[in-house]
Amino acid sequence: MELEDFIKKIAAQFDDTDASEFNEDTDFKGLDEWSSLVALSVIALVKTQYGKTITGKEIRSCKTVKDLYNFIESR
Amino acid sequence: MIPYNPFSLKNKKILVTGASSGIGRAIAIACSMMGGDVILTARNKSRLGETLSLMQATDNKIIIADLKSSSDISRLVEELPDLDGIVHSAGIGSRVLCKNILKTDYDNIFENNFEAPVKLQTELLHKKKINKEASIIFIASKAASFPSVGNALYSASKGAIISYAKCLGLELAPQRIRVNCICPSMVWTNLIIQDGIAKEDLEEAEKKYPLKRYGKPEDIAYLAIYLLSDASKWMTGSDIDITGGAKEL
Repeated sequence: MELEDFIKKIAAQFDDTDASEFNEDTDFKGLDEWSSLVALSVIALVKTQYGKTITGKEIRSCKTVKDLYNFIESR
Repeated sequence: MIPYNPFSLKNKKILVTGASSGIGRAIAIACSMMGGDVILTARNKSRLGETLSLMQATDNKIIIADLKSSSDISRLVEELPDLDGIVHSAGIGSRVLCKNILKTDYDNIFENNFEAPVKLQTELLHKKKINKEASIIFIASKAASFPSVGNALYSASKGAIISYAKCLGLELAPQRIRVNCICPSMVWTNLIIQDGIAKEDLEEAEKKYPLKRYGKPEDIAYLAIYLLSDASKWMTGSDIDITGGAKEL
């Protein structure tokens, strides 16, 4: 799992937020577009792309994209 | 004087699918408590055994079967006595956003929630295993009419079974065999705790229900008892909501 690639994939879960706004320090839950719908989309991404299960609660415990990446890596 | 009990299931032989867990397990247990003889089926032998250990010692029996397998269905139906009640409770949950739906998701949910009960029902009819005045129940879901995010495939599979059940009810009415669906909103079973939904999130969400909680499997079992008993002799073709007052999932 590559961080650069992960950032792109996370960015792709958002429809209105431009991909250029995403880097490892992005507080993704602070974005206007963040919602439970996007959270479900991230859960699906992690399951289908990385074969791992995470919960909405676990996503909420991560602040930046890097935090989320590290959390998934640790699984 | 014989005690007055229009809800008794005494002398009724009832098949319960998905009896190894959740709503199916609660229904199997409740049926035995009401005097019914229950045939429990599911894939997992040890969990079915657990259900059996919680039941009244009426004439109950376990038959292991995977309802996704046509040969298992044939064998199950072959081994069954003539039935007075059938509860199609086996099913799976799913949470996939529409944009992420894969063929495998679609196949999996429809095989389990639609094809399997329909194939079993067909075989039961074909082999004439259903007594006159029997009662057939499908555990559907309020999800069929309450949309929720990520629930498209599950909702569609339950909508499909409800439509099927209504036609079945019409075809079996001449034999006074009744067909009804139970449509629960959220019930505490393993089905709802999956695919990234945390128990804590659900505990928060259940407070929004007018009765301040999600259902328990027993809540659904008591409705199943009514539908299986002679008390509901005039009910067929219905899909009954049982929701704790909820107007959304």
